[in-house]
Amino acid sequence: MLNESQHLNPHIFDPNVEQVPTRNGYGTALIELAEKNPEVMVLTGDLADSTRVLGFWKKYPDRFLECGIAEQNMMGVAAGLALAGKIPFVSSYAVFVPGRNWDQLRVSVCYGNANVKVAGAHSGISVGPDGATHQALEDIAITRVLPNLTVIVPCDAEETRKCTHAVAGFVGPCYFRFAREKTPVITTTESPFVIGKINTVIEGSDVTIAACGPLLAEAMNAARDLEQQGISAEVLNCHTIKPFDINAFVASVKKTGCCVTVEEHQITGGLAGVVAETLGRNFPAPMESVGMPDHFGESGEPNELLKKYGMTKEDIIEAAKRSVIRKKK
Amino acid sequence: MISEKRLQELAVTANGIREDIIDMLLAAKSGHSAGPLGMADVFTALYFAIANISPETRGDANRDRIILSNAHICPVLYATLAHRGYLPREELKTLRKLGTRLQGHSNNHFAPELPIETCGGPLAQGLSQAVGFAIASRANQKMNDADPKAIKHPTWHTWCLTGDGELDEGQCWEAFMLAGKLNLRELTVFVDRNNIQIDGTTEDIMPLEPFADKFRAFNWSVIEVDGHNIRDIIDAADQARATAENPTVIICHTIPGKGVDFMENKYEWHGIPPNADQARIALAELRTIGGQIASEHE
Repeated sequence: MLNESQHLNPHIFDPNVEQVPTRNGYGTALIELAEKNPEVMVLTGDLADSTRVLGFWKKYPDRFLECGIAEQNMMGVAAGLALAGKIPFVSSYAVFVPGRNWDQLRVSVCYGNANVKVAGAHSGISVGPDGATHQALEDIAITRVLPNLTVIVPCDAEETRKCTHAVAGFVGPCYFRFAREKTPVITTTESPFVIGKINTVIEGSDVTIAACGPLLAEAMNAARDLEQQGISAEVLNCHTIKPFDINAFVASVKKTGCCVTVEEHQITGGLAGVVAETLGRNFPAPMESVGMPDHFGESGEPNELLKKYGMTKEDIIEAAKRSVIRKKK
Repeated sequence: MISEKRLQELAVTANGIREDIIDMLLAAKSGHSAGPLGMADVFTALYFAIANISPETRGDANRDRIILSNAHICPVLYATLAHRGYLPREELKTLRKLGTRLQGHSNNHFAPELPIETCGGPLAQGLSQAVGFAIASRANQKMNDADPKAIKHPTWHTWCLTGDGELDEGQCWEAFMLAGKLNLRELTVFVDRNNIQIDGTTEDIMPLEPFADKFRAFNWSVIEVDGHNIRDIIDAADQARATAENPTVIICHTIPGKGVDFMENKYEWHGIPPNADQARIALAELRTIGGQIASEHE
C-alpha cells in the first residue's frame, strides 16, 4: 500500500522496524555540509552532545561556537554572523530555542531576513521523563506566525539529514525541529524531499491523514489498520508547515472529503491550525485532530505519555472514523 | 594626529547634526530627543574620523561594521549619514512617515543602500549582533591566514553603540561574557553614559555602578572619555583598535539633550519630541551655540 514513487522503507510496518533519533540526521548532515561549504558554522548553548553537534565541534573547532547557557545572545550572534556572510546553525532544545529567544528570532533574524538556521531538538511530548518544562509543544505555533521564516518538521533521521542540506541551500531564516527518542526510519536516501512539497506516502480515497514528524509512522500504521476495516486512508507527510503546500493538501481533501491532523504539538496553532485555516479558505470539510489538547505534559515514558494524551495509532484510527462519519451527515 | 582645524570643522558638523535632529523630530511629531542630541559628537567622530567607511565605497565588503543597538536614537544616525553624504538632507523629514527608509527604529531591511547593518529596537540585540560580526571577521582572517594565496575573505573592525539604561537587559551581559571569553579584540563598544532612562535616572531605576568595574570583571578593556570631546573620542577609538588582548568598551560620559539648555540632563526628554515653540528656541540656541555667535538664520 506504500506509494512506490516515495521509495519508502519497505519494513515500515514491521514491529521491529529500524529506529533512529531524528536528531542524528542533523549531526550527520552538518559535517557533510561543512566539507562542502566553509561558511557553515554551528552554535550551541551547552548542549553539543544531545543536539548531535559534538562531531562537528571536534572536526571543525574554528567554525564552532559554544555560547554557554545564554540563548538570547546566541540568536543575536547568529544574526550577526549571517549578515556577515556566514551560514550559522543554532542548535538547542526547542523549549529554549525559540522558546526563550523568540524576540531575538523575530527582530534580529526574521525582520532582518538574516540567513540563520534554527534547530530545535527534543520537541514533543515524547521527550518523556524530563517533564512538561522540557516538552516543546508550542514551538510550531510561535514560529509559523513570523514573516520570512520557513518552518519544517522532518519525519525521521534520513529526512532530517535531507532537510538540513535543503535549508542550507536557500538564503533565508528557517526553523526545524527534532525529537529525542529513537523513532521508525520511514524514508530512504531515494525518497524525495523538497521544502514546501507534501509527500503522499499512502494513497487513499475516504479520509486524508495529514501528519508531521515521527508520528507519521503511527499515521501510516493507522492507515493500514483502517484499510482492513474498509476505510481507505490517504496519508500525507506534511513536513513543511510554512510555506504550506496548499494545492496538494486541498487536492487530497477534495478527493477524500475529510481529514485528520496528527502532530506532537498543541492542536492550537500547530499543523491543525494550518490545516483549519487552509480548509476554511479553500474547501471547508470535516476535520479531526490528534495532538496535545491545550494541556501541559508531565513526566513519564514516551509511550505512556502518547497514550495518556491521545497521540497513538488507536487515537488516529478513532479520529479518522469520526471524520468519515461527519462527512456522511 | 587630527589637526585643530579639522576638529573645529567636526564640531561645526556635530552642531549641524543637532539642528537636523530638532527639525526631524518636529516634523515626525514623535521620537526621542535627549539621546540623539547627547550622542551627536560621538557619531560625528565615529562616522567622519574613526570608522573605515565612505559613501564613495558603500557596500565595500571590508567596510567597518557599525551596529546601533539602542536604535531609538536613530535620528542622530540618520542626520549623521546625511551630513556624511549617504542620503539627501531633505529626506530627513520623512523620519517615521509611511514609506520612508528612515524607520522609527533603524534597520537594514528598509535601507539596504545605507551603512545600517542590522535591525535594532528591542534593547541589547545590537550587542549580540555586533559580537557575531566581530566573530565572522575573525573567522575570515583565520581562513586568510590558513591559505595566504587564496582570494582574501573580507575583514573589518566592528563598532557597536549602546545606551546605559539598555544595560539593564540580561542579554547585554550574555554578549559581554561571550566577547570576553573570546578575547574579541575585533569589537569596540561605545556606551552612552548619560545617566537617564525613561522612568528616571539610571541609578534610581536600576543602579549600574560600579560601571567600569563591571566590564573589567568581564575581561574587557575600559576607556572613559568626555563624550563631547571629539579629540578624546578619536584617541580612545585608536587605542581600542590597537588593543590586541580583548574587546574594549569606551564609556562616553555625555549630557542628554546636549546643546539645548532646557533639555539637558532631563530624563523627561528621553522619549518625546519638541513642539514648534520648543523647537524654535532649541534651534536658535544651537545656531548661535548658546548665544556665542550670531545666527546666520536670524
